[in-house]
Amino acid sequence: MMALLRRDLALALRSGGGFGLSLAFFLIVVVFVPFGVGPDTGVLARIAPGVLWIAALLSCLLSLDRIFQLDWEDGSLDALALAPLPLEGVVAMKALAHWLTTGLPLTVIAPLLGVLLNLPGAAAPWIFLSLLVGTPALSLLGAFGAALTVGIRRGGLLLSLLVMPLYIPTLIFGALTASRAGDGLDFFTPFALLGGVTLLAAALIPFAAAAAIRINLR
Amino acid sequence: MNAIELAPYRDAAPLEVRDLACRRGERLILEGVSFTVSPGRALILRAPNGAGKTTLLRAIARLTPPVRGTVSLSPERMTWFGHADGVKAQLTVAENLRFWAAVHGMQDITPALEAFRLADLADRPAAYLSAGQRRRLGLARLLVARRPVWLLDEPTVSLDAATVATFAGVVGAHLAAGGLALIATHIPLGLAEEDVLDVTPFRARESAEHAHDPFLDAGFATARDGREEVSR
Repeated sequence: MMALLRRDLALALRSGGGFGLSLAFFLIVVVFVPFGVGPDTGVLARIAPGVLWIAALLSCLLSLDRIFQLDWEDGSLDALALAPLPLEGVVAMKALAHWLTTGLPLTVIAPLLGVLLNLPGAAAPWIFLSLLVGTPALSLLGAFGAALTVGIRRGGLLLSLLVMPLYIPTLIFGALTASRAGDGLDFFTPFALLGGVTLLAAALIPFAAAAAIRINLR
Repeated sequence: MNAIELAPYRDAAPLEVRDLACRRGERLILEGVSFTVSPGRALILRAPNGAGKTTLLRAIARLTPPVRGTVSLSPERMTWFGHADGVKAQLTVAENLRFWAAVHGMQDITPALEAFRLADLADRPAAYLSAGQRRRLGLARLLVARRPVWLLDEPTVSLDAATVATFAGVVGAHLAAGGLALIATHIPLGLAEEDVLDVTPFRARESAEHAHDPFLDAGFATARDGREEVSR
């Protein structure tokens, strides 16, 4: 399983991988917002947590179709299905690799980019923590969508439509955690629910996605 | 051709296929397929394109669950090698092979590299391999997987005559070690231990019969009624 994780990280980081793309997209969205919304610092501070969360979510979406599609195209997925690894483990490792190459870098630079949006100082650590807790759910739910659409040529559109509704709870609780923290309000409830969504996804998605892959290999 | 030798497989057992019916998508392709392959033998599947050789191999590997029938060995003893060779262009030859070795709990990739004359190319990214070299790298996975049953779908595509001979030598060593192989191919490999099975007579007669489907069987009756109207 570690070999699979290492291979997927190497593939993502080398040329042709999707590592830089998500990060660049995140940067572009966050930099553009002040130009589009205008320089009113009060408005920017109010929308900053939401903008950072939406940008992170869209960046995540960008590289989802690579999770299984490339392995399906070159036959690796057939070979992995017969390999001694359980397919559930394959899904978990691939979701982890996706998170390490998209969710984690986004989480790390989000507080820095928050400066561009006049993110309140009190909210900065909570943007970091809410993304840290919430983005694994984005990779896991995305892996499920990718497993459902593997084998469909240009399945990216269908994948986005399938995954979008599943992302909504994470988006609401994640953005709410950071904005309530910025306003000095109690944010424990949305933060706990955010963690709950991630834990639920981590527990269920590997099985659901593995079942979807088995059906799609037929 | 340098003769290679493989360590004997511990759990040699014959592969028995009984009354297998398999489908591709919704269509029943083959039915009543029965044969036995003993350890140390290779079965060559011959048939025109589209007759169902790939479908049969995928059903035996349980990648596509068979509609009916039994296969005596579990998929855990099989390796699959199909049209797509599972080679990652961004990784080097050695990295590609080391990954598959690690997945199958093996350490040493040198014998596999040498068997397919890849030792000199070990550090080259797979993107810079020729089609034949890439194919050889894909085939080398068979040796690091150490499974007694090889299911090979057109393994000799884009191999030159010398490499086909090398490959036949590897398959020969696999058979000598007590392994067995099912090979769908149009090119004679010249193996001493091969039998030939023509798949054509097993073509499914009732192609309109709809196959076992978990959704329909679960009682989505309207869908089933609609389909039967269409098919009659």
